[in-house]
Amino acid sequence: MFAAILSLTVLGLALGWLLGLAARRFKVEVDPRVAQVEALMPGSQCGQCGFPGCSPAALAVVNGEAPLTLCPPGGKALVESLAATLGVSVDTSGMQDGGPQLARVDETICIGCIKCLRTCPTDAIVGAPKQIHVVMERACTGCGACIEICPTGALALVEEAPTLRTWRWAKPELVAA
Amino acid sequence: MTTPISGPHYHGQRSVRGIMAQVMLALVPATVFALWQFGWPAVFLFLLTLGSAVFTEALSLRLADKPLRPFLLDGSGLLTAWLLALSLPPWAPWWIGVVGGAFAIVLGKQVFGGIGQNLFNPAMLARVALLISFPVAMTRWTVPQPLFSAGAPGIVESLRITFGGGADIDTLSGATVLGHSKTELTRGVGLDVSLADVYAPLDHLLGLSAGSLGETSALLLLLGGLFLLARRIITWQIPVAMLGTVALLAGVMHLIDPLRYADPLLHVLAGGMMLGAFFIATDPVTSPSSGLGQLVFGAGCGVLIYVIRTWGGFPEGLAFAVLIMNAATPLIDHYLRPRVYGRNRRGTPLTYAPEQLGREKE
Amino acid sequence: MKLFRFRGGIHPPTRKELSADAAIETMPLPERLYIPMQQHIGVPAEPAVKIGQHVLKGQLLARASGALSAPIHAPTSGWVRAVTDFTAPHPSGLPILTVVLEPDGKDEWDEFPLPKDPFEMPPELIAERVAAAGIVGMGGATFPTAVKLSGATNKHIHTLLINGGECEPYLTCDDRLMRERAAEVIDGVRLILHGIRWGRAIIAIEDNKSAALAAMGEAAKGYGQLEVVAVPTLYPMGSEKQLIKTVTGLEVPAGGLAAQVGVLVQNVATAYAVHEAIRYGRPLVRRIVTVSGGAVRDRRNLEVPIGTLVDDLLRHCGYVGEPERLLMGGPMMGTVLPHAMVPIVKGSNGVLALSKPELPEGSASPCIRCGSCVRVCPVGLMPLELMKRAQNNDLDGAVDYGLSDCLSCGTCAYVCPAHLPLTHYFNYAKGELAARAQQKRKTDYTKQLVQARQARLEREAQAKAEAAAKRKAERAAKKAQEAEA
Repeated sequence: MFAAILSLTVLGLALGWLLGLAARRFKVEVDPRVAQVEALMPGSQCGQCGFPGCSPAALAVVNGEAPLTLCPPGGKALVESLAATLGVSVDTSGMQDGGPQLARVDETICIGCIKCLRTCPTDAIVGAPKQIHVVMERACTGCGACIEICPTGALALVEEAPTLRTWRWAKPELVAA
Repeated sequence: MTTPISGPHYHGQRSVRGIMAQVMLALVPATVFALWQFGWPAVFLFLLTLGSAVFTEALSLRLADKPLRPFLLDGSGLLTAWLLALSLPPWAPWWIGVVGGAFAIVLGKQVFGGIGQNLFNPAMLARVALLISFPVAMTRWTVPQPLFSAGAPGIVESLRITFGGGADIDTLSGATVLGHSKTELTRGVGLDVSLADVYAPLDHLLGLSAGSLGETSALLLLLGGLFLLARRIITWQIPVAMLGTVALLAGVMHLIDPLRYADPLLHVLAGGMMLGAFFIATDPVTSPSSGLGQLVFGAGCGVLIYVIRTWGGFPEGLAFAVLIMNAATPLIDHYLRPRVYGRNRRGTPLTYAPEQLGREKE
Repeated sequence: MKLFRFRGGIHPPTRKELSADAAIETMPLPERLYIPMQQHIGVPAEPAVKIGQHVLKGQLLARASGALSAPIHAPTSGWVRAVTDFTAPHPSGLPILTVVLEPDGKDEWDEFPLPKDPFEMPPELIAERVAAAGIVGMGGATFPTAVKLSGATNKHIHTLLINGGECEPYLTCDDRLMRERAAEVIDGVRLILHGIRWGRAIIAIEDNKSAALAAMGEAAKGYGQLEVVAVPTLYPMGSEKQLIKTVTGLEVPAGGLAAQVGVLVQNVATAYAVHEAIRYGRPLVRRIVTVSGGAVRDRRNLEVPIGTLVDDLLRHCGYVGEPERLLMGGPMMGTVLPHAMVPIVKGSNGVLALSKPELPEGSASPCIRCGSCVRVCPVGLMPLELMKRAQNNDLDGAVDYGLSDCLSCGTCAYVCPAHLPLTHYFNYAKGELAARAQQKRKTDYTKQLVQARQARLEREAQAKAEAAAKRKAERAAKKAQEAEA
């Protein structure tokens, strides 16, 4: 009886001490996942998520203050890689992923004020003062920053039309699963 | 335009319903023979079990808002109940069949999400639940009383056996060879004595001995199993590994002490070995899907059966063995995958030495 | 010759009897030809003709752009009527840049310089001419042949494997080609051998094509370096990897190329195209197409100018009732067509108009884990586990279960008793994987841009600050001067 109590007590103390030691020895100052998550994000600091930039957004995601689906330019692919990095499961089936969005200039309204040129975080809009501007699709992340700044409403986000290169098989629809 | 359909635009003849139907077809000879052996009470029990399963399946599907027709007609529920009925004592009272059938379908299958989702073999789950809950009713064995033979109960008498207070069991009871030898062993009686009056290999082969419906005719079950093998409904791995392991273990132990350990023939022919090896362990849903995994699964079942039969508390270990191995199936499937083309067993791409490719020439 | 067995495989009904006895016929010229600018794996070709221009048969329509590309030539003489978007022979029904040609009816070949003896030619010239002729893998993969050939001369190729497997049900175009033009095919094989500078070729033909085996064996007689081999009829024998395993016992390392195990694989129709290109200088402008299926009246093997509409072919052969589904290629790996107004391209080996009874019936039901798919998978995957992961969008899990090793051969879906669209799931998951990679590239690119922009802004700010400092210093100096003065 006494031996049992003693041995359990000793065992408990020893293991507790080990745990405490481990907690100190392997203490992590900053959550390393913040850096990982930030690396995954587009980094255009577009602010569509409501945070002032990608770095604060990453912190919020890691702390669970923002949903994984916060980043529109990142799309479904980002959500999945975030989920994998953070080790959580996320349901992306509800996410409408109509393919990436792109900004497009309406040539009939653009006055060539170059405001959008200076705002674009990826320098995706080219043009000169008093000339019609053009969006380079390859560089556009669809963040929408230019749309807010445009004084004439000449910019709009349009869905990138699928081409033979970007077309993918849809998920089969099963009646019974 | 509707979403395009990906290939293949071609399909073989197989269907789930067809597979279930062929398994049932393979069971017919052994079942008919067993029903004839044990007479009307067995027929009643068999029908009750099937009826209960179909009824509860329909009920579950209705509750789950699933379509009735495709799932009832796939035959899987019927097959489950059939296998369960074959594992019951033939003269068991009606409620054994009804409770068993309902248990197999509801708790064994539908709560997991229906066909294909269950982890455990539903028939064996129900059998074990019955065995543990109603040990007496589940271990009252009857010696065969073939239909229309002198001692066989008539229809009225049979109705009384199934639905009434049961038969005058004592006069009719016959212990199974596994049960009898086990009981005697615990009393210190060696196999040479205890087996003398209950063990006749030929009877077991043909099915003239006591036991559950499906434990009787090893020969007819073997024929059914071979039919399934020929039709490629089942693969050879599980039956061969299972029977082989049991025979091997029994052989080794029998050589060590023939008085304590029965010979391999008895182990292979008696009890539910044939039914288990060809019809129960091979249940696709709950067994591994790779050939290697099936070998391991079959061997595992064999070892467990032998261990339970020989050293365990129950005379027959088929149901327990199968259930335990069922639990191991996801693990087996995870670790024992086939080798992938162009990769070695560990999954890294193959490399060839230049001389293997005949590259000395330039 | 010792053959090896690849794992799995199936024996679907071949339905080749529908068209196997129909000798190759020439398809009459249609009213218009629609020639897509991409008929190969790689970069699309660039149009090199003007609207209204008259071209001769075999004249260049579009230049190859870049190393992995192939030029495209006029399938007949006529006028270029348009260079426009036109529906591609692709399940999506999306458009592709297409040259529309109106035949002048003369079908007049351009003139080509003919070599005296091609075997006197330097080997690298073979690859060059094959490239100029726009030849691509005609078994359906459409990889530019010249790229394979010029790659082969640098590597240690021990075997040229000529694929006469034609394991897809219904298709008989390669069978007919081998039966009727065996000498030409063999010549093409010898020319390819000459092109890769070295020696042995094995022509593998499934053993259900005895006439083709006999004809090819006869034609190959006297050429010691050629061997015609009957391989078992087993789907997917015509898959490059499975054929290599069968004939050489070697397996192409995962993620690698056939050349890594010293094998170069070419289709018989490609060999024929090489023969035409080297012997007569003719570019690839036509191919043999099997037109079959339950909804076709006269099932035929037609020699068709590239760019002929599927609709023209089907009307030429006649319909029996309304086709339920139109396919380009075989029923196992062929692609469904949105409608018949799409052109034949270099990789089109068959056009199938299937009637309802020929198509799989029965809707999908839950997986019963029967393991049939595991048994038949020629790669050694566990399709049921793979599907589960694809279904749950668990792409990493799917990759772990070998998604990238999957051939999309359809064997698993063919045997599945629950009628599950396994292959469709894998195609879906592969697409998602590609989309993910694309997104990743874009994100990386965005990051680069953002950094570049930040660097630029900093530079600008710095330049401004420097300029301001300079001005200030100048002003100070001026003031000092004034003060001094």
